[in-house]
Amino acid sequence: MGASEFPILTALVLTPAIGALLVMLLDARRTELVKLTALVTSVITAAMSVWLLASFETSDAGFQFISKHFWIETWGISWHLGVDGISLFLVVLTGALFPLAIVGVDPHEPTGSGNKRYFGWLLLLQTGVMGSFISLDLFMFFIFFELVLVPMYFLIAGWGYENRVYAATKFFVFTMAGSAFMFVSIIATAFIGQRSGVGQVTFDLVMLAEQADFAVSTGRWLFAGFAIALAVKVPMIPLHTWLPDAHTQAPTVGSVVLAAVLLKMGTYGFVRFGLYLFPEAVWWSRPVLLTLAVIGVVYGAIVATMQTDLKRLVAYSSIAHLGFIMLGVFALTTQSLSGGVMQMVNHGISTGALFLLVGMIYERRHTRQISELNGIQSVAPIFAGFFMVVMLSSIAVPGLNGFVGEFLILIGSFPTARWWTVVATTGVILAAVYLLWAYQRVFHGEADEANRGFAELRLREAAVLAPFVVVIVFTGLYPKPMLDRIEPAVDRLVAHVEERSDYRAPERVVVGEVSGTPDVTESED
Amino acid sequence: MPSDGFVGPEIEWFALSPLIVLVVGALMLLVVGALTPRWPRGLSAVVAASIAGAGGVLAIINWTAIDDGGPRTLVAGAMAFDALAQFITVIIVASLILVVLVSDDEVRASGADEPEVYALYLLAAAGGVVMGAANDLIVLFIGLESLSLALYVLAASARRRRASQESGLKYFILGGFASAVFLYGIALVYGGSGSTNLGQIIAGFQGSVTTGSSDALTLAGIALLLVGLGFKVGAVPFHQWVPDVYQGAPSPVTALMGSVGKAAAFGAMLRVLVIGLPFFRDDWRPVIWVLALASLVVGPLLAAVQVDVKRMIAYSSVAHVGFMLIGVEAAGHRAGETDPGSGMSAVVLYLLFYAIITVGTLGVITVVARAAGGDTSLRSLAGLSSRRPALALGLTVLLLAQAGVPFTTGFVAKFSVIRAAVEAQSYAIAIIAMVAAIVAAFVYLRIMITVWMGADSEAAAMLVGLEVSDAADAADAAAAAAGGDAGRGARLAVPSAAGVAVFVAVVFTVVFGVEPVWFVDLAQTVTEYAR
Repeated sequence: MGASEFPILTALVLTPAIGALLVMLLDARRTELVKLTALVTSVITAAMSVWLLASFETSDAGFQFISKHFWIETWGISWHLGVDGISLFLVVLTGALFPLAIVGVDPHEPTGSGNKRYFGWLLLLQTGVMGSFISLDLFMFFIFFELVLVPMYFLIAGWGYENRVYAATKFFVFTMAGSAFMFVSIIATAFIGQRSGVGQVTFDLVMLAEQADFAVSTGRWLFAGFAIALAVKVPMIPLHTWLPDAHTQAPTVGSVVLAAVLLKMGTYGFVRFGLYLFPEAVWWSRPVLLTLAVIGVVYGAIVATMQTDLKRLVAYSSIAHLGFIMLGVFALTTQSLSGGVMQMVNHGISTGALFLLVGMIYERRHTRQISELNGIQSVAPIFAGFFMVVMLSSIAVPGLNGFVGEFLILIGSFPTARWWTVVATTGVILAAVYLLWAYQRVFHGEADEANRGFAELRLREAAVLAPFVVVIVFTGLYPKPMLDRIEPAVDRLVAHVEERSDYRAPERVVVGEVSGTPDVTESED
Repeated sequence: MPSDGFVGPEIEWFALSPLIVLVVGALMLLVVGALTPRWPRGLSAVVAASIAGAGGVLAIINWTAIDDGGPRTLVAGAMAFDALAQFITVIIVASLILVVLVSDDEVRASGADEPEVYALYLLAAAGGVVMGAANDLIVLFIGLESLSLALYVLAASARRRRASQESGLKYFILGGFASAVFLYGIALVYGGSGSTNLGQIIAGFQGSVTTGSSDALTLAGIALLLVGLGFKVGAVPFHQWVPDVYQGAPSPVTALMGSVGKAAAFGAMLRVLVIGLPFFRDDWRPVIWVLALASLVVGPLLAAVQVDVKRMIAYSSVAHVGFMLIGVEAAGHRAGETDPGSGMSAVVLYLLFYAIITVGTLGVITVVARAAGGDTSLRSLAGLSSRRPALALGLTVLLLAQAGVPFTTGFVAKFSVIRAAVEAQSYAIAIIAMVAAIVAAFVYLRIMITVWMGADSEAAAMLVGLEVSDAADAADAAAAAAGGDAGRGARLAVPSAAGVAVFVAVVFTVVFGVEPVWFVDLAQTVTEYAR
């Protein structure tokens, strides 16, 4: 339990919602006040999430800061929130990302309808994402999972680019279609759980996971329902087609939030709900899921290489990176899972920053076409420098955060998913190909007439990007604090899976207090 | 039979008081209205709303009496006095009050600010109350006819609009046909079971092993009853009247059909099938399943291709009917057992939330259509956000609720029926319903896009990308919005009564979407019914 009685998690969920309400009540003409209100609310949320990080009990593998109240008792639904090592950093990322996004990017306004609704939707989005990461009740999770769709839809449809309504609708319909199956699965889980050992109809995740003993085929069907919804969200091949459109058409903030935290709701959902509730089903369906993950890695990378639009390129690179995360999750070793959880955060940071940078390029040049950009390094060296660091993090160059995560995933997956890992490793090379090639085309060479006026990084932009770069480098050089918090929870989850399925984790490759980290730090030296 | 003449049944006047208030109120409105000089503007609306409110209060008082004394039957078994009847009554009067508020301005504008319209509203409500409480098929038929006759007239009540006349006539012919089928069903069930009283029908089957021949009669009767009920709720394939009548009728009357009409028809359906015919549950349940499936598939698909908002709402109501039928189907799995499952409570909960959402939605459409000279095409909503942001926001909330987005009552309603279906292990229909909900969501998104983005031509062009078939329509939308802003003035007038109704509906939708526990617990009580 937390050090304080203050319901910090409830506050984390409600603060942005209250902020959204305040913003909506303000006069639309006072744009500065609107922005200030949104910023203050998001900074409060960020501060609370950092406080959460600071007071998190490192060695405790269970859920902390638990807050539990009945909501609809008749239906067994409770307001049950809690955070553990798996969700902690995603919560902090969600908290810290929004103020940066609010400061960093002004809304692109095709409708000219002011920024009031823009900030309102943005804060509501934060509530939804935050709620998804800390809900320990299946019903609550579903509610937040669905709630995210509405603000995201309006952000894309209202402040996106040329084809925004199409992209927004596609996003909405795809995600909701997936959710339909999860919805039925969630309800069925509660009812079947009642007959399989829980003894009452409840949507409480912990009760269901610890007490329910689903029949083999039942568990597989239930997991299938979850898997469809989560696979759309991740997105896994072949349910990914909404992603490039949504990313490309979304306003910069939309892309940043989408890449950094929204997609993680899918991967996180697989870890928290798939593995925890249905270990046997995950173990059984592992070959299919691993194959899809690896196809995602290779396919995403190859398609990214072919893109002519910078934003679309980053979008496809997301598919590849999320394939890596899914590989780590389904390889089911402590190392690979820790790597997967860590990579969720890393990808959020590096891809979020990449989308910010692409957004800045668009603001200056009003184009995202790689062919129309060149020689930017010569006119804006600092900008290019920031882009370089972030890009290298995305490529997973040693010394930066992406490397730690990907390395852990690959080394952890090798014992249990050998050939999949072998194929996935090519993704590392391909990532270097598409990103370096894009960098070379955009930044190197002589700047032509149009690009000569490319403005250097402004102070505000640098201030927004600096935290990203600091975290990228810090985590890359010293991942131990992060892994110390992730690993106990992951260990516990792997033990839970072993206990309830035929899966047996292999002996640790590295035996030590904190496995995995020595390799990484050595490689730095 | 007593030989010394007819002895009337004992009548508990207070238990019948909600019904009596509605009927007497309607008659008083008619008589007093005819005998007195012209009433001040809006007075008849106030009186009608007060009568409905009084009926609601009496129903709630009766409800607490039921909580204490248990359910029973009234008037020699002709009427049920139970939580289901009171719940339906409360839904009906609550929607009626909102409909009256919405109507006020519309009725004044059409030059018919006379008590007659409101008297018909009250008669329709009284018929609905009877349907929800009828424990005898004949009584049910009387309620059905009073509701329907009032609605036929109301549908045609916009005397200057030809579409209204057409819708009234169409509704009358088809509705009359369905009533006849229903009546024939009653006759056959009577032939098969020996009674029209639900309690006696059950007692008859409980006591004896039925012979094959009477079974066949009863089954044929049930089939015809299902046709009649299917028509009244507007389920596919008995839905053809719905779009035409919804579109043609004055918008407040459409709201009345969507709320009072649905509540009464589903109340009757639960009463007849789940309460009255549990012995045939394995026979009627598959039929309900098919009706639900057809409604879920056809409703949203046809809604998606409409260009008129009221037709969209009509087809989306067909989809909602599909959802409610899922609840009926779920109730069918355990009909007549001591633990009846949660199907019935899910249906009444859905009815309540859906009624309020529908009245609110049609309230907004009424206001907008009036400003647009009666135009209810999608383009009439174009750019509503820039003309009336608050109204646009209200409509958005109501549409999101119809789509079943969390933290609205629409989500709670959907959750309750899907939950009931899963509990009854009807997984297939549950999944189909959720997929159908996506198509339906697309329809609501389309309306929302028009509301929020129709004002500028660039966004209107976006609609073209979305709906190729609507290219011309979207261009018109832009033109209408641009021209409308100049022609009608930048703002459209929202009558205060209608504004209040929409506001109440929106607040209800959000507040009880966040905190539905009270209604959820209340809905649980309907499973203890009388017969």
